[in-house]
Amino acid sequence: MADSFISRGFLGKRRQPEVEGRVPPGQYVTPDFPVLSAGPTPHTPLDRWTFQISGLVRQPVSWSWEEFLSLPSKTYLTDIHCVTKWSKLDTQWKGVSVETLFTNIDLDPKAMFVEAFSDGDYTTNLPLEDILHDQAFVAYEFDGKPLQPEHGGPARLVVPHLYFWKSAKWVRGLNLMERDSPGFWESLGYHNRGDPWKEERYRGD
Amino acid sequence: MRKILEWQIATLTRVKAETPTVKTLTFSLPSWVPHFPGQHYDIRLTAPDGYQTERSYSIASEPERGGEIDLTVERLEDGEVSPYLDDVLMVGDQIELRGPIGGYFVWEAQMGEPLLLVGGGSGVVPLMSMVRHWAAAGSKVPVLLLYSVRSPEEVIYSDELNHLCEMRDGLRIFYTFTRQTPPGWTGYQRRIDAQMLHEVVSQISKPFRVYICGPTLLVETAANHLVQLGIAAENIRTERFGPTGPSL
Amino acid sequence: MKTLPMDVNTALMLDGNAAGGMLNEIFSTEMTTSPTQCAHCGRHGELGSLQAFMHGSGAVLRCPACESVIMRIVQTPEFTYLDLRGATFLRLDRAVLNR
Repeated sequence: MADSFISRGFLGKRRQPEVEGRVPPGQYVTPDFPVLSAGPTPHTPLDRWTFQISGLVRQPVSWSWEEFLSLPSKTYLTDIHCVTKWSKLDTQWKGVSVETLFTNIDLDPKAMFVEAFSDGDYTTNLPLEDILHDQAFVAYEFDGKPLQPEHGGPARLVVPHLYFWKSAKWVRGLNLMERDSPGFWESLGYHNRGDPWKEERYRGD
Repeated sequence: MRKILEWQIATLTRVKAETPTVKTLTFSLPSWVPHFPGQHYDIRLTAPDGYQTERSYSIASEPERGGEIDLTVERLEDGEVSPYLDDVLMVGDQIELRGPIGGYFVWEAQMGEPLLLVGGGSGVVPLMSMVRHWAAAGSKVPVLLLYSVRSPEEVIYSDELNHLCEMRDGLRIFYTFTRQTPPGWTGYQRRIDAQMLHEVVSQISKPFRVYICGPTLLVETAANHLVQLGIAAENIRTERFGPTGPSL
Repeated sequence: MKTLPMDVNTALMLDGNAAGGMLNEIFSTEMTTSPTQCAHCGRHGELGSLQAFMHGSGAVLRCPACESVIMRIVQTPEFTYLDLRGATFLRLDRAVLNR
């Protein structure tokens, strides 16, 4: 970097005061909610939408939109961190905890990993441990309103303690697996786990 | 012989205000090569802490003008780069550039066929490179520019376009104003739609080439209507500028 | 050409041209005129004609006919990762590559 040409007077716009202890290394705080796009917005009609849990479970489970909305839900207030360096504090969501989804589901003891899959062919992988114990939820409201399509609506996975690419937009289910299977970005150079506090952005970090 | 694309340090030599929010910046390049009208350059800005960001800007000038290029930049209020180019960059300052880039959205006078250019707002910039090249090359192909813009003050290159129309045969311009028209205006005053394109297309002999540039919605709409009017998709080239201008 | 409902994701969609600089860096040549075929639906077209999503964690080029991913590019500080599985082929011009 020392040899790089420096543009006189350029600072970039993302200078924001840091908030003690809440902003992982290399991140800046934004009041916006940037949309990152890898494809056109999927639009599955709600009468055809389902959420499934499949793979290494005794019995695969599927909920329709109505059934999903009548599951016990919670509101969450949390910070989110995107690998492209923005962090948004105090985001408010409403949704169903993954813990709740796993109630009454017999997990095969060999199930160690999860693949979250979405409309539009997006996938992301997580260790099972990272989504249990109320660390992850499937959200259908943001900021008190139904989750907008460009932010992943009708429902998205939210895993606040990992970089936000793990919070799969337009999520349609979780597939439980014995072996880890890198997802859309993990297979192309991004870190397999993505802990923002350890700055695990890229493979090898 | 092919040159590998590399960053070079260009110097700002001239600034011209085109409209209240649009400026043309002229850069002299140590390793200038002639470009094809329609191509762009990438610029890269580096902050003292190493933070970098890049943007692409279409070349506004014609390749016949050697050694330098014009980039026409629209100031976006919440932009990161355009306010820097507008407020901070001064004549004599240097900037990192890479180009020319692009082979898909290009036009050369030797292609020969009549030309329909459809531009929205700052989408007119690469089309202007084509028009200037057309004039400099003394081309005889008929050119029709359909230029959609919000108000008369926002017409970029207004004087030059009028001058070219008067001085040269073969260039026609249809403006359509979507918010405010000039006094006494009898021309189009709405967003580009199927009827407008139908009328415009009926004035060009086929086959012709089409280049459409501007905000994504305008580009999508125009391209779809032209296909429905029977223009072959392979004769239509598009360059979308994204939701807020040429942030590419 | 399909008409997509307009929203932020669609508005962020650009043409393959927008990936021109990135592709030139990788292939050391102008790539936007490179013919390619979609491995999913078979559509032929130049790279410049693909839908390009550049505002994400990486660049994603999609087939304008079926929206399948044709190419993905991620640039980390040290490396460039390239996934071309969605293309049956990419064609590069030898006359241009020869110096």
